[in-house]
Amino acid sequence: MLLLGNSEDYEEFNKGIWRDNPVFVQVLGMCPMLAVTNSAINAVAMGGATLFVLVGSSFLVSIFKNLIPKQIRISCFIIIIATFVTIADYTLLALVPAVHKELGAFIPLIVANCMILGRQEAFASKSTPRLAVMDALGMSTGFMIALLSLGSIREIFGTGTLFGVELFGPAWEPWVIMILPPGGFLTLGLILLFFNWMTQRKAMFLEQVAEAEVEGSSQ
Amino acid sequence: MDSLIGIFIGALLINNFVLAYFLGICPFLGVSSNLETSFRLGLASMFVMMVTALCAWILNTFLLIYAPYLRLISFIVVIASTVQFIEMAIKKLSPALFRALGIFLPLITTNCAILGLAIFATNRGYGFVEGMVYALGAGMGFTLAMVLLAGLREECELSDVPALIEGTAMNLIIAGILSMAFMGFAGLFSST
Repeated sequence: MLLLGNSEDYEEFNKGIWRDNPVFVQVLGMCPMLAVTNSAINAVAMGGATLFVLVGSSFLVSIFKNLIPKQIRISCFIIIIATFVTIADYTLLALVPAVHKELGAFIPLIVANCMILGRQEAFASKSTPRLAVMDALGMSTGFMIALLSLGSIREIFGTGTLFGVELFGPAWEPWVIMILPPGGFLTLGLILLFFNWMTQRKAMFLEQVAEAEVEGSSQ
Repeated sequence: MDSLIGIFIGALLINNFVLAYFLGICPFLGVSSNLETSFRLGLASMFVMMVTALCAWILNTFLLIYAPYLRLISFIVVIASTVQFIEMAIKKLSPALFRALGIFLPLITTNCAILGLAIFATNRGYGFVEGMVYALGAGMGFTLAMVLLAGLREECELSDVPALIEGTAMNLIIAGILSMAFMGFAGLFSST
């Protein structure tokens, strides 16, 4: 990536992946997150569609930010997003009909993904097209990572496969609950728990380092 | 075509919008800390869902047969503006009802449960009566799920929960257990 040479661009790209991860940290965009992650391939298709919609609409919004009246900006953002979602919907239908059938109504529902509207309101409507695209790329990569980790965990335990490849052999008894709706809630709950634990551990570690430094300087 | 009671029970319990289709998770997790509030949000959602089903039926019957690619955009624009008008009308006609439901109406409009209802009803080819019954069932199912989660969360406030799990992680795990309980309704109607 040529663009990543610039540190400001890199900062905007990087924050969406870990520090402000839309799913694990901001807890946005939960509906598609839980609904389509019963297999890894569905998660990738949903992540790709979201990436296209988010990058396209962030770019357009940041270009037209001075033309859109402040009072009706939310409606304008939604119409722009809906246009890109319609494009993504028809593209997926033409290219991969099987995946489109599996995702069903959840492709049109990308419109209602609060993460996308949130990025337009919080970032794209206030910044340059270049930074808006970097931010959108970072956020959708972070979203894709979240989708993919949830989808892989659920597929591995629920069917014993990953991307359709058999992993455990015939002795494996699949945990059917993992690909059913409760599995989505439980897995995401446990992943968030893991994130909380990591954050807490890091805070404790930094505290200890600070204490050690204070002791070191006082001696 | 399913029977009307089948559509109703299907949307209310078996394919509950929140616990089986994962629609409307944002208000489900965000607003469910208080029993009273979540009940009123549920009622307001039910009302908006009925309006949505009506709008979707009108659009599907009279406009979208000519331009199917405009479906998504026209659904959003028409539903949002209709709800806005109704909100103004309620504010004018019944201030008491507005205080109970009104503040939630604009929030609900862009909720994925509302748009999902319109899209599901269209995909299944529901007519006017079926669409309204479906909306009623989905709305009541949404209210039921909200109230159940809010009640459980209020109980958890009083108990000694480890600090690490508090917040969204705990709510998701509670929702998972609720969703498991709702799976018991599967098979209640063979057609759904």
